[in-house]
Amino acid sequence: MERSLFGFILRYSKREQLAIVPLVLLSMWVYFASLDLPKDIVNNAIQGRGFSNADSTAKFLELAIHLPEFMGGAHLQLLDGFDLERIPYLVALTLSFLGLIVVGGALKFQINTMKGWLGERMLRRLRFALFDHILRFPLPHFRHVKAAEMATMIKDEVEPVGGFVGESLITPLFLGGQALTAMVFILYQHVYLGLVAFGMVMLQTVIIPRMRRRLLTLSLQRQITARQLAGRIAECVDGVVEIHAHDTSNYERAEIASRLGKMFKIRFELYQRKFLIKFLNNLLSQITPFLFYLIGGYLAIKGRLDIGTLVAVIAAYKDLPSPIKELIDWDQQRLDTEIKYNQVIEQFTVDELVPPQMQEVVENPRLPTGGEIQASNLTLINESETKELDGVSFVHPLRGRLAVVGGNGSGGSALAQVLARLVIPTNGNLEMDGQDIIRAQESVTGRALAYVGPASYLFPVSVRENLLYGLRHHPVRQADCPPNEVRARNFDLKETARAGNITLDIRADWVHYEAAGVSGPEALDARMLDVLKMVELEETIFEIGLRSTTQNSLGAELSEGILRAREAMEQRMARPDIQALVERFDVARYNRNATLAENLLFGTPVGKSLAIDALGHNAYVRSVLEETGLMRDILGIGHKLAETMVELFSGLPPGHELFDQFSFVRYEDLPGVKEVLAQVADLGLDRIGDSDRHVLLTLPFKLIAAKHRLGLIDETLEAKVLEARQRFMSGLPTHMKGEIEFFDATRQMGAASIQDNILFGKIVYGQAQAASRIGVHLRELLDELGLRAMVVRIGLDFEVGTGGSRLSVAERQKVALARAMLKRPALLVLDQALAVLDPVSEKRVVANVLAGHDCGGVVWVLGRPELAAQFDEVLVMDRGKLVEKGEFGRLRESGQGLAKLLQPA
Amino acid sequence: MSLDQELELIRQFPIFSKIPLAMQKLLCFSSERLTFEQGQVMFHAGDAADACYIVIDGTAEISVPTPKGPLVVNTSGRNELIGEIAIFGDVPRTATVAARTRLETLKISKNLFLSVIRENPDAAIELIRILATRLAHNSAQLSKVAR
Repeated sequence: MERSLFGFILRYSKREQLAIVPLVLLSMWVYFASLDLPKDIVNNAIQGRGFSNADSTAKFLELAIHLPEFMGGAHLQLLDGFDLERIPYLVALTLSFLGLIVVGGALKFQINTMKGWLGERMLRRLRFALFDHILRFPLPHFRHVKAAEMATMIKDEVEPVGGFVGESLITPLFLGGQALTAMVFILYQHVYLGLVAFGMVMLQTVIIPRMRRRLLTLSLQRQITARQLAGRIAECVDGVVEIHAHDTSNYERAEIASRLGKMFKIRFELYQRKFLIKFLNNLLSQITPFLFYLIGGYLAIKGRLDIGTLVAVIAAYKDLPSPIKELIDWDQQRLDTEIKYNQVIEQFTVDELVPPQMQEVVENPRLPTGGEIQASNLTLINESETKELDGVSFVHPLRGRLAVVGGNGSGGSALAQVLARLVIPTNGNLEMDGQDIIRAQESVTGRALAYVGPASYLFPVSVRENLLYGLRHHPVRQADCPPNEVRARNFDLKETARAGNITLDIRADWVHYEAAGVSGPEALDARMLDVLKMVELEETIFEIGLRSTTQNSLGAELSEGILRAREAMEQRMARPDIQALVERFDVARYNRNATLAENLLFGTPVGKSLAIDALGHNAYVRSVLEETGLMRDILGIGHKLAETMVELFSGLPPGHELFDQFSFVRYEDLPGVKEVLAQVADLGLDRIGDSDRHVLLTLPFKLIAAKHRLGLIDETLEAKVLEARQRFMSGLPTHMKGEIEFFDATRQMGAASIQDNILFGKIVYGQAQAASRIGVHLRELLDELGLRAMVVRIGLDFEVGTGGSRLSVAERQKVALARAMLKRPALLVLDQALAVLDPVSEKRVVANVLAGHDCGGVVWVLGRPELAAQFDEVLVMDRGKLVEKGEFGRLRESGQGLAKLLQPA
Repeated sequence: MSLDQELELIRQFPIFSKIPLAMQKLLCFSSERLTFEQGQVMFHAGDAADACYIVIDGTAEISVPTPKGPLVVNTSGRNELIGEIAIFGDVPRTATVAARTRLETLKISKNLFLSVIRENPDAAIELIRILATRLAHNSAQLSKVAR
């Protein structure tokens, strides 16, 4: 990457910059012409100079170049023009004036567009280049970088570069030209006065930059402190558990406050100095006219200067300060941007950056498939000069099963990272199937090898996307592009290339099905299920699937499957042992295990307008309640509920857990509810105000008759609710159709979970262990119908959250292992990948993986040495050295390293 | 209706009889009415104690596991409290309780029970009285065995 900002600008935008120059010159001419024309309009057309009588004419379109007065007022005749009378002449001149203004504006628009385009393109290039650098940092470098700081640099700190690029060359050219002509003119008019002006300008250019030096230091500090703040905030977020566990929140507050204080000081000093410089700058430019009046006046009185010249000089000087001032501003912007640029570049300059050709797009690299792993004299020395690996040499069949044991600090982990070519050894050679792995491209190592460490990272996407991640090396099939989008897409591609970005299409299909050993998406799904079973994650994903809604995975097969399961479940529920466990939805019956809201709507709200808290405010719902005479009853229930809540919960302290679990009213809302009750006591239920009614109306809809046992919902009310339900369904306005999904026994409900879809009802309250008993039946039934795989597939759409935090650590490791196995690497390198599992489960999954990974070899660094019994051969490591190699049984007997490790502590 | 019926029920228990009416109501409202089918196990010996139960109707059978199989040691019937002591001891259940007939219960969670006791010194004293009586009873039995 270019070390200096101007190097960067010139290298990548010279041509575009030059293309703007003619436009700038043209716009300058138009600008001067539009300043010049009013003089003609006033003097000639309006005041009638040159129109001596009514029939006089004047020449229009006499195209000539008028140089400004101070440049000598040269006159160059280009067109002779034609004669016009006074009024048409006025019209023609004013129209030309209008035309010039429009053209001038259009030119300015065009120039700004081009500058903006140029700047944004350069910003895009710079950001991409920086990101590209991150991808090429050697792994050990990441011990020193903070993610948030990197992000701030790419996101915020280089942002001003985009704005500056458009101004970088054209502005000084333009303003400098302006200033220079004015200067030359003054000097030409009068040498002494010219020298005075020149001297003052020189003074400005000497003093101001000097004063700026401190400014530069400050703005550098401002940038660095802001970046560190970003890093520190990210640290607090990452370490939030420790903060709460150790009651250090106030320590962190103080820490951040001190940083903010430092930033405040820097920023305040910066502004103060900026204003001071502005003040001085203005002062210096105002002193010059003072000197002109004094010296020029003296010279004029003494008769050594004629007054006309003095006036001309002062007039010309008026044109001088503003370009100079703008130039100084530009220079300030340049310095700021340069500092930012250099600062960022410095942070991204790393020794041993991975050369770009290592990460080239290669569609079909030659991958090792068999043969041997030959490691000779592998040595890895870390930054603290410790030998993490010390002359490790061994030969092992690539497709074999090799265990590495040795405990913490033995070098096992380092060996795994070197074997997966994540870390380049300081010394030594590594070959697989005759290929040099240390110098191989990532297209070879990233496909032939797979690595799972002790704490793997999951991307915050679905489980499925995480599993597919290892299959995305390059676009495999182009994305379909509708004909009407072809042009836009070609434009995008061209622009991408011009900004030096990579032109691979992210919308294309990147999944390399062949690498997973399958032919297409469906077969891949089946393969994923196999792998999930191997790592014992299938049951978890199945459970997630049962709880998932099906909104995102509508499909004929799914909806048919759900309906089949629902029907089968209905039959099963005729069995006496589970008969009473589920109360199914029935349009003609009140469901006492569902909320009053669900009973009224007979469906699941999709949008917010029918959500349980908003129901009482919804105009349509209210009209239905009024029409069926239910409003009075609901208000009455609301009133009784309010009374009950106040009675039951008033005695509890705030924040008591019973509030969260059982109360219909939050602690902070209790006083409000009490006031409403007082109003009701005064005025009666029918005459309270609308806002009080609102309060009472929000309460009853959450009532579940079987759960709350308050006796507020009797048979008469149930009948009324059923009537209101009918009316609600039949009269539902068209614009609300999308707000609710009705319970319909013949259709799949997208807003409900799979389990709810199949049960088509509510698990009853009051039956002991009802949910788990139903769960058992649900499972049996899905197995019988062969629908289990479908549920698992839906579970695969589960979003794992930031860093996979919605899964447990063990589940995360299993997903990472499944991801590594799915790409069928020639060598699966695992470093204590399942150490978080309990010993029994780990042993089982290790056996599954060793049996299931039939397309390549396995090297497994084990935390529990006894598991090595399942492998062909064992490497025993100690302090970076390979101390033993051989078959498990033999090493155990020989009484050396492995035997020692196997001894109970 | 049913909540009132439960209210009548818990008032008969000395621990709950002395607490204010609002608290009694809260206790009923926040408890869970649970039905166990005949033969269904309420909890096993060794389970964590997370709740106690008031029998509203039916009979429960209390057994302890022995090497020769479960040994029925007691039964509990209408208006009896099951498992209230264990939830204060943080010890696993010492016995297995199953429904001998269809069993109606009111399940009071450990947290709820604890907060009732915490808010009401009278209830706490009543609880201590019950514990003291049981201790005296057990000591008497022990000395009988020893003699």
